[in-house]
Amino acid sequence: MKTTITVNGEARALDLDTRVTLLDALREHLGLKGSKKGCDHGQCGACTVLVNGVRINACLSLAVMHDGDEVTTIEGIGTEAALHPLQQAFLTQDAFQCGYCTPGQICSAVGMLQEAAQNWPSQATEDLTAAIALTDAEIRERMSGNICRCSAYPQILAAIRDVAGEPA
Amino acid sequence: MKAFTYERATDVTAAVKAVAETPNARFLAGGTNLLDLMKLEIETPAHLVDVGRLPLSAIEATADGGLRIGAMATNSQVAADATARARYPVLVEAIVSGGSAQLRNKATVGGNLLQRTRCAYFYDTAKPCNKRQPGSGCSAIGGLNRNAAIFGASDACIATHPSDMAVALTALGAQVETLKADGSSRMLAVADLHRLPGVTPQVETELSPGELITAVVVPAPPQGGQIYRKARDRASYAGGLASVAVAGGQVALGAVAHKPWTAAQAQAALAGGASHAEAAKAELAGAQDQGRNAFKIALVGRLMAAALDEAKQGRGA
Repeated sequence: MKTTITVNGEARALDLDTRVTLLDALREHLGLKGSKKGCDHGQCGACTVLVNGVRINACLSLAVMHDGDEVTTIEGIGTEAALHPLQQAFLTQDAFQCGYCTPGQICSAVGMLQEAAQNWPSQATEDLTAAIALTDAEIRERMSGNICRCSAYPQILAAIRDVAGEPA
Repeated sequence: MKAFTYERATDVTAAVKAVAETPNARFLAGGTNLLDLMKLEIETPAHLVDVGRLPLSAIEATADGGLRIGAMATNSQVAADATARARYPVLVEAIVSGGSAQLRNKATVGGNLLQRTRCAYFYDTAKPCNKRQPGSGCSAIGGLNRNAAIFGASDACIATHPSDMAVALTALGAQVETLKADGSSRMLAVADLHRLPGVTPQVETELSPGELITAVVVPAPPQGGQIYRKARDRASYAGGLASVAVAGGQVALGAVAHKPWTAAQAQAALAGGASHAEAAKAELAGAQDQGRNAFKIALVGRLMAAALDEAKQGRGA
């Protein structure tokens, strides 16, 4: 089935079996191996990408559902010469060991910071009608969809906190 | 995954017609539950009608002080809605306690209501399951049934409904608006949308084939506090072992039955002046455990009494 998806700013024309997930389209058909396949069931967050600016699990979406959408993967977030602030913060804070979950963690954090900036609530939000303050509890809760098997959580939290610019 | 054909619907009436007229067709909204089940070949539709971009995502006030939520609004959009946050905190709390942010960004309100059980035997295609394969038996009875129902179960099925949002909508007295293949629409209470398992646990709702949920309509908020409390194995991103939604004098329970459970006995006891602990006890008089889930009875008793206490103290009032 013919599908056109704008990936990292470039329109990509694809002709895919309807069963191909967005994740497999990115990895196997477009060669963008940054997004990772962990569980393939939406439980680990390693496949997190931004669709029209919003973070989702690419493994739980069909590529054909995204005809006309704008997808941003880790390859579209910063460059080697000019890292995204979150990429630099992950390096500075040593926020990974094996690195497998890192692209998903960073894409998720990009989406999470935008959600918080739009004042979306989370389970950690005490007052649903007040402005969101990105406390450590808020960051942890909002990032719970991204599992790190190496358990680098304290460093991931520190990296995101650095970029969020909120008090610890 | 079994092969299937796909079409993107651009018109609500045409979408309903397409599903009604195509053999083994299903609606596809966010897909977060359906695609997972298709990968495991528990769901094997031959045709998907993608309703995700239909113009059904508006969230708007109703003339009588309520809120009409389009069925294609994402869970995140509802939780972020200013009116929902100010007037329906139990609904927002329930939504943000479910899944992960990534899932809530994709999952829709209509799809959330129609998600399927997380019973381990429903997922294990090597084991009998009356819901997955009618007549094959229930492996959960006498098996690993820690998360099984304590209300309304049958000899055919002891699975629970996993939605948090539906529990809050039940306590709020919300209704679903649907469109049928014959072009007629109807309103149905969320409390009456899902069925108890009986002898046909594979039939989970009162919707007819091809009937599409187009909106959820929540009445004006009741007098009194609102709260959602959920007990689970992890602090975040885990299904409930039990949950309680309180909205004024209305109480509903989650993860304890094949449907969001209206705590009618507790409500009657509260209306008669019973204490919160007595109200919980009245509801639990009708509970029946399956062995490994016996802890749920004590858990629901404490969770319900504590939630009622907190709601009365003005939380969310």
